[in-house]
Amino acid sequence: MRVPLSWLKEFVDITLPIEELAERLTRAGLECEGIERIGVEGADLPWDPERIVIGRILEVRQHPNADRLVLADVDYGADAPHTVVTGAPNLFPYKDRGRLSQPLKGVFAREGAELYDGHAEGWVKTRLKGRLVRGIMSNAMLCSEKELGLSEDHEGILILPDDAPVGMPLRDYLGDVVLKFDVLPNMARCLSIVGVAREVAALTGVPLRMPEIHVVEDGPPIEGRVRVTIEEPDLCPRFTATLIEGVTVGPSPLWMRRRLTMAGMRPINNIVDISNYVMLELGGPNHMFDADRVAEQHLIIRLARPGERLVTLDGKEHNLDASVGGGMLPLLVCDPQGPLSLAGVMGGASSEVSSTTTSVLLEVAVWDPTIIRRMGTALRVRSEASKRFERGVDYELPPLVQRRALSLLQQIAGGRVAQGMVDNYPRPWKPVVLDLTPREVRRIVGISLSAAEIADLLRPLGFACDLINDGAAVRVTVPSFRRDVTMLADLCEEVARMYGYDRIPLTLMADVLPEQRNNPSLELELRVRDLLAGAGLDEAMTYSLTSMAAVAKINPADADASLYLRLANPLTPEREYLRRSLLPTLLEALAQNLRERERTLLFEIGRVYLKRAPGSGEVRPEEPRRLALALAGRRYERSWHTPDETVMDFFDLKGIVEMLLARLNIVDVRFVALTDDPRFHPGRAARLERDGRVIGVIGEVHPDVCERLEIAAPRAMAAELDLELLGELVEPVRYRAISRYPATTNDLALVIPVDVPAEQVTRAIRKYAGALLESLTLFDVYTGEQVGAGKRSLAYRLVFRAPDRTLNDAEVARIRQKIVRGLEHDLGATIRGEG
Amino acid sequence: MSLIDQLNQLEQEALAALEQIADLTALAEWKSAYLGKQGALSRLSRGLGALPAEERPVAGARFNAARATLEQALERTEAQLKRSARQSAFEADRVDVTLPGRAPAVGRLHPTTQMLRTIYSVLGEMGFQIWESPEVETDEFNFQLLNMPPDHPARDMWDTFYVETAPGEPTLLLRTHTSPGQIYAMRANAPNPVRAILPGKCYRYEQVTARHEMQFYQVEGIAIGEQISFSDLKGTLVAFAERLYGKGVKTRFRPSYFPFTEPSVEFDIECFLCGGAGCRVCKHSGWLEILGAGMIHPTVLRNGGYDPDTVSGFAFGMGPERMAMLRYGIDDIRWFFSGDERFLQQF
Repeated sequence: MRVPLSWLKEFVDITLPIEELAERLTRAGLECEGIERIGVEGADLPWDPERIVIGRILEVRQHPNADRLVLADVDYGADAPHTVVTGAPNLFPYKDRGRLSQPLKGVFAREGAELYDGHAEGWVKTRLKGRLVRGIMSNAMLCSEKELGLSEDHEGILILPDDAPVGMPLRDYLGDVVLKFDVLPNMARCLSIVGVAREVAALTGVPLRMPEIHVVEDGPPIEGRVRVTIEEPDLCPRFTATLIEGVTVGPSPLWMRRRLTMAGMRPINNIVDISNYVMLELGGPNHMFDADRVAEQHLIIRLARPGERLVTLDGKEHNLDASVGGGMLPLLVCDPQGPLSLAGVMGGASSEVSSTTTSVLLEVAVWDPTIIRRMGTALRVRSEASKRFERGVDYELPPLVQRRALSLLQQIAGGRVAQGMVDNYPRPWKPVVLDLTPREVRRIVGISLSAAEIADLLRPLGFACDLINDGAAVRVTVPSFRRDVTMLADLCEEVARMYGYDRIPLTLMADVLPEQRNNPSLELELRVRDLLAGAGLDEAMTYSLTSMAAVAKINPADADASLYLRLANPLTPEREYLRRSLLPTLLEALAQNLRERERTLLFEIGRVYLKRAPGSGEVRPEEPRRLALALAGRRYERSWHTPDETVMDFFDLKGIVEMLLARLNIVDVRFVALTDDPRFHPGRAARLERDGRVIGVIGEVHPDVCERLEIAAPRAMAAELDLELLGELVEPVRYRAISRYPATTNDLALVIPVDVPAEQVTRAIRKYAGALLESLTLFDVYTGEQVGAGKRSLAYRLVFRAPDRTLNDAEVARIRQKIVRGLEHDLGATIRGEG
Repeated sequence: MSLIDQLNQLEQEALAALEQIADLTALAEWKSAYLGKQGALSRLSRGLGALPAEERPVAGARFNAARATLEQALERTEAQLKRSARQSAFEADRVDVTLPGRAPAVGRLHPTTQMLRTIYSVLGEMGFQIWESPEVETDEFNFQLLNMPPDHPARDMWDTFYVETAPGEPTLLLRTHTSPGQIYAMRANAPNPVRAILPGKCYRYEQVTARHEMQFYQVEGIAIGEQISFSDLKGTLVAFAERLYGKGVKTRFRPSYFPFTEPSVEFDIECFLCGGAGCRVCKHSGWLEILGAGMIHPTVLRNGGYDPDTVSGFAFGMGPERMAMLRYGIDDIRWFFSGDERFLQQF
């Protein structure tokens, strides 16, 4: 809402500097988003009070040397008139008519004045300098609206009203300040000048001033000439109508055009402008019909009928068959022949006021907010009127709006006002009455006020307050313009607002401590993040929304749209489906990073969204958390001290995953070769299992996938793990007593058929070694001629230790013997060099 | 030549030879040549037996003195040689200390994660515990239970992504705020008091620009009990702001509007980039909006299972990305979900 200060001042005296006022209003909930100055000090173009003044054009003469220029003699309050050279076309009609009997008023600017260049694109400032124009000295000018920064108009000079005082600085005449407010839904009353004025009055302790309204009802009675029938009283609780005849349509006066422009509306003609002016001023949207185009002057408020259509003022044709919810069709104002307007939203073209209009039928109504909102949504049409009706308009306001509009119409457009007003009011306003106690204010706001103090805070806002029960409570009658106040909490807010949020003390909760609880799933997340960052991976966050195309890049078989939750209103096709895996978006990020760098290690923890089986009883999808890892590129950062140029492979990622499992104390996880997952290299991927439950997958990304993602690295690795399951598998860490006895180390080099997985070997070693085996490390893997085809050598270091004694060589030799025999029996292993 | 003369000559010779020694190997050789069991001194001392008995004690003492002299000289030379050997080793070891060091490979936590952790720890110390709730929500939880029945004009404040559902199923949407979590936390605790924070991802149907993302994090907080008032809300938020932005940070409370709180408030802190003078980041207002809050609306309390006549509470919501943007001076929110390490590795 844009509020010109001059307009506001008609309703309330401004006692604070403008910035302070803005801050005061902001702190009371009416956020001032900006202050725009026009012509005054601080404006983008301040009008120099010495050099830009109101002038009177006495005579217009032809320029002796130029057909398209005239000379205007301007009296600007100095001893003698000043001659101005100008090409303004709107002065040409006055050319060579001698001294004008009715001198024109305009804006006179003298040499040195700063103005906008009227011919330049946009807003370019220029300083007025004297120069010869076709032999005649020109060191002053008459200004266009554009040159003054009032509008884009540079067609002619700005003509001021006849009563504009000659010699007065323009700054004092047209200079203004516009306050820009962000009006939240509960402050709908401030979508009007009077609403803002009421806040200003209450906050600064000055009275609100309502304009004096004079209407001369000099026409015949309206009774019997205009009829109103409300078929839907729940949707139209009140409808008033008046009639004015013999109006002259033309431009509005400058002051009204200026105020509308400053408020952000475009002036059209005096009738439409008055309609808008009154809406902005009082917050009462209204509609002016050309009365002659309303059949039988009979307005009928009803729902649309199938097949009806209406062209609105903006030229759009609406199919009124559109349901606005619940099978209901749009609400209309009609005459007996058909639709005239979309009720409360926008007028129709057929009954629009035009240049030939002479009679105006003025509608001021109150509409149900819900139907207005639904119509706006269903028909995709919103207006300044619907914006106000959606938020709720004062039931008691229409008569005032009628009278204000009629008085302006009569004053500006002339005409006779029919006596009386049609007022159909089927659902009258029921005032809300609330009893507010100091105790309630203390309980909710935390301040101690007496009932009288509470009443003093509320009254300036228009609340009627009576102290009841010997001053134990305030009986508050909510005014009709405060439809937002329906309960005690609303009144508490008003009290707090008027008291000042900043004055309310700071306290800390004295209430009992609520029951405490742990959040193990979040703690797991924190832990995993720390471990992975510690291992050198950067944490990424990617979009929860993806596309089938992106999914298909990873695995065409996964791109089955029926498995996914789909947005009904996606913003872009790239973000249309809720992800079921983190890999598509994380691998995209990996590919992106590899375009910029030689190594990338990423992880993400996030939810995936899985449809539930039908009949599960829960409508929301499952949202399990996943952990995804992705890495590719050089194993080490390029640096002067690490000549290692190797790139990461499967075992780099596996090592990270193993570290994670170990640090979370998740034991007995098996890596089972995964050969048929199209996302992964068939020889370099594994499924992680624990007791048959699948924790996730890990592997080198399939070269086809790398190609589709344009991954610029020889190998890319990825894993995705079920974080919820990981959480279940975490076991508490138990301390193992540290033996004071020395360890015995024993190396074992085995030759084993190449298809025996290493994991099977370690399990066998552990089985035969028994409890004394403290650690087992695979330190060499060899295939080649020395071990023969189909075989490989695995070399282990075994460390034995007993908790209670020093092991002797014979004991260790016995265990070793047992292991060797066991491996030979189970796996066909031989000791290298002994085979 | 007498034995003593021979001894004197040997001593002179040994000392002279020692002077010439430049390394520890030669020194060891010298030691065995003169002082070893088969060394020159030992050999010469065998001549003592041939001396008359009355001369032997004097001569013996002289031999001991010579051995002591040579041993001391040996020690001196040895120490000196070790010193100079260490010195040349230092020379050989000298490095350019301005060369870059070996960086351990340590990754970074996402700036949002870091911001969230700060929030958790500050509010955790005030007794707020972390709860979570679904991202895919029903219209009922995202709007209706939060005092926004269908057609409520305030719904315009949240542009919503809807999820396709089968006909006859309830409307599903991507939550537009973490506020639905309030209801879960309330229902799990009512009628007992609760203090909870609810972090999580939210979504808005909004064109993605430098300032607006379709996906973002929010942290909701609630405190409900029998004695909780607006002044407690103020105290809690100021304490929070002082922990995050420093003791004595200037704050401002402005009435605002949220359908699920009444009274509602917008909490601002003085812009720490311009010190309140006005800059681009604070839109020349001198203030930064940090969070929205208010006393929980009686209808919402009732929907959560509390009696609003006896129980009251406050709620607040904040945006960790926005807070991180302010903390680090990030000018484009789109980086947060880019997964780009040029961004991630800065924090």
